[in-house]
Amino acid sequence: MNRRYFLKSGSIALASIGVSLSAPAFLERVVLGNTITGGKRKTLVAIFQRGAVDGLNMVVPFGESSYYDSRPTIAIPKPESGNADAAIALDGFFGLHPALSAFKPLWDSKRLAIIHASGSPDNTRSHFDAQDYMESATPGVKSTSDGWLNRYLQSKQDPEKSLFRAVSMTRTMPRVLQGRAPAVAMANLSDFAIRAGKSSAELQDGFEAIYAKEAGDPLAGMGRETFEAVNYLKKANPEQYKPENGAQYPRNPFGNSLLQIAQLIKAGVGLEVAFTDVGGWDTHVNQGNSRGQLGNLLQQFSAGIAALHQDLGQRMDDVVVLTMSEFGRTVRENGNRGTDHGHANAMFVLGNSVRGGKIYGKWPGLKSDQLYEGRDLALTTDFRDVFGEIATRHLGSTDSKSVFPGYSLSRSNFKGFLG
Amino acid sequence: MKSIAAITLTLAIAAQSILPVAAQKRTKAPALTEEQRIVHVLNRLGFGPRPGDVERVKTMGLENYIKQQLNPEQITDTVAENKIKDLTVLNMTTAELYEKYPQPGQLLRQLQARGMLPADLAEARENRVKGGANSQSGQMPAEMPKNNQTPPPANPLENEKYRQVIQQYYRENGLQQPQRIVAELQASRILRAVYSERQLQEVMVDFWTNHFNIFAGKGADRWLLPSYDRETIRPFAMSKFSTLLQATAQSPAMLFYLDNFQSVSPNAPQRLRAPQQQQRRGINENYARELMELHTLGVDGGYTQKDVQEVARCFTGWTIFQPRGGGAAANAMLGEAERRNAGTFFFNARVHDDGEKIVLGHKIPAGGGIKDGLMVLDILAHHPSTAKFIATKLARHFVADNPPQSLVDRVAAVYTKTDGDIREMLRTIFFSNEFNSKEAYRVKIKRPFELVVSAIRTLGADTNGGPGTHQWIARMGEPLYGFQTPNGYSDAAESWVNTGGLLERMNFGLALASNRIPGTRVDLAKLTAGEMSQAKVMDESLKTILAGEISAATRETLLKQLAQSDPASKVVGLILGTPEFQRQ
Repeated sequence: MNRRYFLKSGSIALASIGVSLSAPAFLERVVLGNTITGGKRKTLVAIFQRGAVDGLNMVVPFGESSYYDSRPTIAIPKPESGNADAAIALDGFFGLHPALSAFKPLWDSKRLAIIHASGSPDNTRSHFDAQDYMESATPGVKSTSDGWLNRYLQSKQDPEKSLFRAVSMTRTMPRVLQGRAPAVAMANLSDFAIRAGKSSAELQDGFEAIYAKEAGDPLAGMGRETFEAVNYLKKANPEQYKPENGAQYPRNPFGNSLLQIAQLIKAGVGLEVAFTDVGGWDTHVNQGNSRGQLGNLLQQFSAGIAALHQDLGQRMDDVVVLTMSEFGRTVRENGNRGTDHGHANAMFVLGNSVRGGKIYGKWPGLKSDQLYEGRDLALTTDFRDVFGEIATRHLGSTDSKSVFPGYSLSRSNFKGFLG
Repeated sequence: MKSIAAITLTLAIAAQSILPVAAQKRTKAPALTEEQRIVHVLNRLGFGPRPGDVERVKTMGLENYIKQQLNPEQITDTVAENKIKDLTVLNMTTAELYEKYPQPGQLLRQLQARGMLPADLAEARENRVKGGANSQSGQMPAEMPKNNQTPPPANPLENEKYRQVIQQYYRENGLQQPQRIVAELQASRILRAVYSERQLQEVMVDFWTNHFNIFAGKGADRWLLPSYDRETIRPFAMSKFSTLLQATAQSPAMLFYLDNFQSVSPNAPQRLRAPQQQQRRGINENYARELMELHTLGVDGGYTQKDVQEVARCFTGWTIFQPRGGGAAANAMLGEAERRNAGTFFFNARVHDDGEKIVLGHKIPAGGGIKDGLMVLDILAHHPSTAKFIATKLARHFVADNPPQSLVDRVAAVYTKTDGDIREMLRTIFFSNEFNSKEAYRVKIKRPFELVVSAIRTLGADTNGGPGTHQWIARMGEPLYGFQTPNGYSDAAESWVNTGGLLERMNFGLALASNRIPGTRVDLAKLTAGEMSQAKVMDESLKTILAGEISAATRETLLKQLAQSDPASKVVGLILGTPEFQRQ
């Protein structure tokens, strides 16, 4: 082990040498953090809909007659009062899938914005490549080693040196958070512990003692940081968490992930970037229309996000939720009453600071000659302009060159959904 | 009873090595003892000592052991071969895998196309609510609700029924689910690493599998990986680099992973392209770029974007026959020979760009056909940047994260002199002063795969290499064949030392020692048998796993555990989770 390694490994290891030898550094930092920021910190909750959601049935362009021509069995009917299966009107042209009814109040209170016809400029229709590009934010370049959210973390020092600055509620670290900056991935907060049944506490004591005594060893330093984090989480008592304001999360892994993200935000552990994902969107067969496969997924999706919003209450002043999916789906339905891999898609942005109640981005139209490669919704907003606006205006990034290498981010390209 | 003496002395750790790094650097460290050298070699040329290994090497002589490891073909390996003999995918051709391990969605479509879809399957398919079963999603989708009460479920009954009907069809027709392929391949890697006498061979397989990384989750790569391991990596792991390079360039797994299989000359007539290629751009540069950046020259190796384009032109037409099996599972219309060849390399001259190209200043004349690509590989294999790049990676793997430049230079010189002979480069490293120095001793952090295998070996545990072990390796961050991007898993400590990862390493130690890993069994009685005091039990465990020399403070901590119930598994679990055992 050489010294350079732990200097490079960032704030956590450094803190372990400097601060934590005397007092519980983690708590110290939290206290310190509270005095600096008043306990507030901007947080991004990024949600990936893996498998490519059908953006045209999620945010329905009911004003396009081509939409209905292209989708004889799966189209969502135009808004109509008293028809629970009809699209929920947002303006005179777009509507929400009826299963997204939980989003309607958020739209009405101008907290929810939509960026339609957005996505990757690369034309790949491979899930693998498109997810890779969306998470690295370098479309067309495969060798980018880190994800854009990690590059954001690298680009900005965290004065509070939070151990939970970046958390992915997934079993493995997603591409978007891979990189040099420290981040934690876990399926459940309760997994972040020594797990040995009845002997857990005793064995944790044993490890803590071993790691406490190896002074100057960078691995031991990391071990001490680990146990500070473990103990802090234990105090937050994840098992006993009760959502506030009557929020009801869907009882499934997605709902559970969002619930635990809310818990971390409230615990004031310094969470800046949270990530989770939800799958099942690859609806090649029997997609359904107002009801059915996609409808059920959207219902769970919106119920989870709405519950997060409700649970966080006033804290949503400092939180932005962003949803994304690797590409959209074909405008025309296929022979199996489903849709195939397409191009541009729709993204949601939610938060009290969001200029919601508006669809952002230029609408390219759905007539045959307006389609991308003759089949898909064309792209009018590069996803990097959406990510960039959030990184800059919400998280306060000042180094867009290193966060979005090879792309010249310009404020004039921002859609303006944030301040 | 197996005597304690036979299982001790496995792993030596000097008191010196647990001192702070800075302190070690200041005092000029004495040379390694003989025992430390043996432990060092067993850790770096292999996956760590088993009980008795240190003594065996001592008896045969360290130099002889290294020479033997450099010639794996001369080592008999019956134990490991027996352990993997039931893993059937290892010996199956890609065509056979497509046939016996079909993707359910693809199988159904083909049965339907031939009018052979059984009624119950057709009905289940129709009623199926959840999508994605026929998807080729790169990432495994997040777990979906299985039993969600509120709000109304996405009709899990139909979904369950679909799964059951599919399973029944698979059973009745002797088919297996495709996930099984990678599971068996992973098992074979773990079993060989644990049991093979050809330890260096297995280390090199791991090294090259990362250097020429493939992600199992990308499309057809799952079916292409067994042949990649068997025919591309293993036979050439210690050959000439150029031989290995060509094998990877023509491997269906790489052709698929980096998209070259669909790279066609933009001048090729449309109707001559395969249907799935008609909507693509023509030339695909992915392989050309990674070939130079990651496989040969290195990112600063002196190539330009123009070179990338020219190399991509040279490789147009290097493709895969029936890349997704062509429906081999159900398609009787293909001839026998065609079915046999599904998923193999072939050069499609009709879509090759046959014009002249200039690559790194070398002229590649028009009309070369498949020779264009071969010439490129030859130019790259003989480039000084490649010698330097490969020498650096080998030295980083075997010596230190930031290897001494003097050693890198000598290994690169050997590369140039021997036409890239991997064995000769390794020999140079193993007999160098740098490798055998105190500075190199126990400075490498074990990657999760190395940690799991070395822990199983040090305890003399028995494993089936099954999902129980894969899951721990994955949880610590290194699922085998699960790295998405072409650079492969990092060989530097900074990628592996983070809070979540370290916690899982400790939990792994505890799970292994208390026999909570399905398919893996530890007999701690071997460590604790005999009439010894409890303190002695602990010292014998320490001696076995870390050869005794550990800080007094840690020993004291461990001693306290002895007052608790079931002390052996706790003490062993804690030792496996120490900072010391994370190093090799």
